[in-house]
Amino acid sequence: MNPGPFQRVMFALYTVVFFLYLLGPLAVMAVSAFNTPQYPQVWPIEGVTLDWFSALFADQDMMTGLKMSLWIGLLVVCISVPIGLAGAIIMTQIQPRVRSLYYLVVVSPVLTPGIIIGISTVVFWRQFTGQTGTRFLYDGVVLTVLGQASFISAYCMLIILARLQRFDRSQEEAALDLGASYPQVFRHILLPFLKPALASAAVLAFLSSFENYNTTTFAILSDKTLTTVLAGRVRQGSTPAISALAVVIVAVTVIGAIAYEIYKRRSDAAAAARQRAALEAEEAELAGAPAAAMG
Amino acid sequence: MSGSLAFVFGLPLAVVVFFFALAAYERRTGVANGGGFFQRNGLAIGLYLVLAVGFWAFFIILLPQLAMVDMSFRPKLPPSQMGGPKDLYTLENYRYFLFGSTTSTAEWNWLHIKAFFLTIGVSIIITLINFAICYPLAFHMAQSATAARLRVLLLLLILPYWVNEILRAFAFRVLLSSGGIINQMLMGSGLTSEPIDFLGADVGLYMGLSYAYLLMMIFPLYNAIESLDKNQVEAARDLGAPWWHIHAFIVLPHAKPGIASGCTLVFMLTAGALAAPLVLGGPRTLWFTPIVYDRFYQAFNWPQGAAYAFILLVSCIIFVLVVLKAFRLSLGEITR
Repeated sequence: MNPGPFQRVMFALYTVVFFLYLLGPLAVMAVSAFNTPQYPQVWPIEGVTLDWFSALFADQDMMTGLKMSLWIGLLVVCISVPIGLAGAIIMTQIQPRVRSLYYLVVVSPVLTPGIIIGISTVVFWRQFTGQTGTRFLYDGVVLTVLGQASFISAYCMLIILARLQRFDRSQEEAALDLGASYPQVFRHILLPFLKPALASAAVLAFLSSFENYNTTTFAILSDKTLTTVLAGRVRQGSTPAISALAVVIVAVTVIGAIAYEIYKRRSDAAAAARQRAALEAEEAELAGAPAAAMG
Repeated sequence: MSGSLAFVFGLPLAVVVFFFALAAYERRTGVANGGGFFQRNGLAIGLYLVLAVGFWAFFIILLPQLAMVDMSFRPKLPPSQMGGPKDLYTLENYRYFLFGSTTSTAEWNWLHIKAFFLTIGVSIIITLINFAICYPLAFHMAQSATAARLRVLLLLLILPYWVNEILRAFAFRVLLSSGGIINQMLMGSGLTSEPIDFLGADVGLYMGLSYAYLLMMIFPLYNAIESLDKNQVEAARDLGAPWWHIHAFIVLPHAKPGIASGCTLVFMLTAGALAAPLVLGGPRTLWFTPIVYDRFYQAFNWPQGAAYAFILLVSCIIFVLVVLKAFRLSLGEITR
């Protein structure tokens, strides 16, 4: 692996351009959130202001939309993670000859364009609730949660499946041999093993739900979420308040990512320390054992 | 109406019975090892698994799709006449896509047909461009980056994707508008004297679409290249292979399933994108999804909208399958 200096320079250049493309637009937008003109402007900087942030928080529609988005996100997590878990467990148990059909059915929502999921959800539940006399279920929040759950459950399933495939079945057998019941095995062996995957599935589910637009715009009916309010605002015209919202979201994400990284390092360090201690204890025991046997 | 209600409840029941029959058959012929499904999981957990997956597969995935297809073959009727004598299956909505309104004099519905083919064509081009942009970085991440570097790269890659699609598209509008920073730089350097209308020329739309799904390309590529044994690349280099030989004959064939799944994802998502066309498209922009959207919320013709959505879905699936076939890949390989 010894690329020449020319290749090195070319690659470095390419990486810079790539990340400029990836992060540049967001950085430019972020600058416009602090500039004074009415229209999002980057240069010249006519004055630094925080007015656009207060304009954002004073925007009633935006705030109602935000509450709705958070609420829908939580409901999606509560539905998608259990469904994804069940989907992953079934995947490991289903007969091989029906597995590929099953896989095709449950992964298809990932590939289906979002607007088609939104449309089909609305069409089906309008008919279904009309015919079964459950009209109260024909509601923007319910439909959005169901529509988003179709593909978000598939994301969750894929994450959980990746960890489940590394599960050692002999642990389960050992517990059963020792007299545990099936619910006990599930509760005390399988769930703790899957906990990290369940946590990342929950985070991913919430974020995918929060940022979704294509499915939501159909399924939400007459209600509004943050993204649909935002789409309306953007179509009406540009204001720096929209840039301010992006700045807030990026800031929250970055802080979250850093906090997670610190937490991860700490728990990794703690785990490493525990492992070291256990190894030392084992070595001490082994060193002591021959002496004890001789004595 | 009661017919379709029986269908709604009957289909899941039929499938459940089918699975039980299959399980019984397998147990009798001794194919299945170990006990039955409920014996293995216990009753309570077994029920939870079956109900959760059953609800998901039927009520969230399959039945809505079927309902949409069913609706696309029905005429537009006021709610009072639904299920009445006029509610017959018809191809009217599909005819409209091809030939337009019955009162129009034009031979074909060129506006919609053009938008449709433009959407497919541009999605193909964007998919290829995204592959070209992402491949070098994916290769670097998978084969030569150190662990610490990889973490930073991954974080930088994921960061923009926590910002939602509308805002990402909006960022391109800020960037490319006639008073935007790009036009200021171009005019400042004297390359142009007038601002260039990037948004009117759909440059913004295509850039925004390519940007929106970069991540969907880079991760499958990275996963596929990562599983390649580094020694193979090393061996080829030692034997004197030029760099493009290594990529063309070792890395690309190995990464073929990953390339296929990345391209499939990007193509499907781009063709079905709605946020970027709504935010970045001008009034004269031709893109298929906003037309579908307008069938619902401007024309209030739901069956026609369902037909348009179905046309888009089926064409994309057929296209993807044909391309996979041409590259001798099965669907099972790319989803792995």
